[in-house]
Amino acid sequence: MRALCWHGKQDIRCDTVPDPKIEHPRDAIIRVTACAICGSDLHLYDGFMPSMESGDIMGHEFMGVVEEVGSENKALKKGDRIVVPFTITCGQCEQCRRGNFSVCERSNRNKAMADKVFGHSTAGLFGYSHLTGGYAGGQAEYVRIPFADTTHVKVPEGVTDEQVLFLGDIFPTGWQAAVQCDIQPTDTVAIWGCGPVGQFAIRSAVLLGAKQVIAIDRVPERLAMAEAGGATTIDFSKESVVERLNDLTQGKGPEKCIDAVGMEAHATATLDSIYDRAKQAVMLESDRPHVLREMMYVCRPAGTLSIPGVYGGLIDKVPFGMAMNKGLTFRMGQTHVARWTDDLLKRIVEGQIDPSFVITHTVGMAEGPGMYKTFRDKQDGCIKVVIKP
Amino acid sequence: MRTRGSDQARALAQGLGWFSIALGMAEVLAPHRVTRATGLHGHERLVSSYGMREIATGIGLLTAKDPAPWVWGRVGGDALDLGTLAAGVAGPDRERSGIAFLATLGIAALDIACALALQRPSRPAMAAFRKRSGLPKPPGAMRGAASDFVVPADMRTPEALRPWGSR
Repeated sequence: MRALCWHGKQDIRCDTVPDPKIEHPRDAIIRVTACAICGSDLHLYDGFMPSMESGDIMGHEFMGVVEEVGSENKALKKGDRIVVPFTITCGQCEQCRRGNFSVCERSNRNKAMADKVFGHSTAGLFGYSHLTGGYAGGQAEYVRIPFADTTHVKVPEGVTDEQVLFLGDIFPTGWQAAVQCDIQPTDTVAIWGCGPVGQFAIRSAVLLGAKQVIAIDRVPERLAMAEAGGATTIDFSKESVVERLNDLTQGKGPEKCIDAVGMEAHATATLDSIYDRAKQAVMLESDRPHVLREMMYVCRPAGTLSIPGVYGGLIDKVPFGMAMNKGLTFRMGQTHVARWTDDLLKRIVEGQIDPSFVITHTVGMAEGPGMYKTFRDKQDGCIKVVIKP
Repeated sequence: MRTRGSDQARALAQGLGWFSIALGMAEVLAPHRVTRATGLHGHERLVSSYGMREIATGIGLLTAKDPAPWVWGRVGGDALDLGTLAAGVAGPDRERSGIAFLATLGIAALDIACALALQRPSRPAMAAFRKRSGLPKPPGAMRGAASDFVVPADMRTPEALRPWGSR
């Protein structure tokens, strides 16, 4: 089969690789009908995530039709149409029973490595390094789904792939970012980053009833899409984020702040951004936490910082004393996808939201490697790439 | 909208910025050589002033967030240069002035193409992004549409930080 494989920094190739096989009785094999390039795939593309190996199949946002099921998998049958959450969940461990699916205790088959790096292992993820299990990703014609009886969302008739594909990651991720803000009708929610997760966080905050949603980015088409979703926008390349946020909140700052940027915050003219670039260049810091620092500074005391943006390692010069004295609450983590998918699928089917609004490019598998660069460089108005194998 | 084309146009504008500065420096620092090469003997002060204009335009092109007005500024400057060189063609060194005129005409065509490319991709595409809400009604009408959703207990604001009235 054909698949998009990682071969090094900024080197993704469309390779021919062996078809996957059932390895465990709970497995399933699906034929992928649609998959997407996620913003967090770019951290792999740019070489910021450790423990990738040449030939690893990329992709953790995908859906398809079940082709084969393992002998103990009674939840699925051949022909079922499913979306696959990017977090692999056993459904039986203590964390899964609590709904903390992204820290499933059993699905990471490289648990020993993750234990050493994180203290305790987190869930296995598709196509996201060997630290998270080394599972083959979904940017392929076929994928093996481990724990498939609990790691799937069945798709009803009458909705298109484009409407439900993002239930696997970016829609629940934006939703959880807003949910963990515990939005009140009096709240201003400020969202850094108007990429796909930021776009869903904006709409989630609106649907959950925020008084005001403010979106921060510098890419014109992303800001335009944020406005379409109901946000007041700030172009950080043209105006001061701190001053505008204070203007829009009568000098008090937003109650809730969402970091939908993560480890690769783009350099601005600020001193801390230049500092991060310099430290990263000489490998004294792995991530660039400009957004974290800015959120801690502008957030209203007793406010909440929600962090769906991915961080991979070490950050420096984070003003934790400021956060402590302001009594800020931090909420973060990979998304507990399965917690939200039933509710979000219902909202899609009822027409409360159509997630396909975010798709700007649909291509075939062979064009995938080129689209990584287009997406990374925000060329051609690219916000979300869907690949049809 | 930042398209592939407009990125190329921005790169071209940067190149034109450096070209402006290089040409301007030559005109300011060595006006005699420039007038000799272009058949404009006796117009050194005029060429020096054109050099100042080129340097200012170059700096503008390299530092502006939106280079389009500066590229159009170059087009205006090209018109002035062509007018001056046309007068030179009628003078004693018409061959050199004629060659310089044709070269400037080529540069002017490049400037115009760059200015048009910087403008072209923006408005209709941006309008399309402004329609991509994903919501069935205007956002104002959808505010709170998911208020039936109950935030799980483990994701609620800690009790100590909730307003007194909502505990």
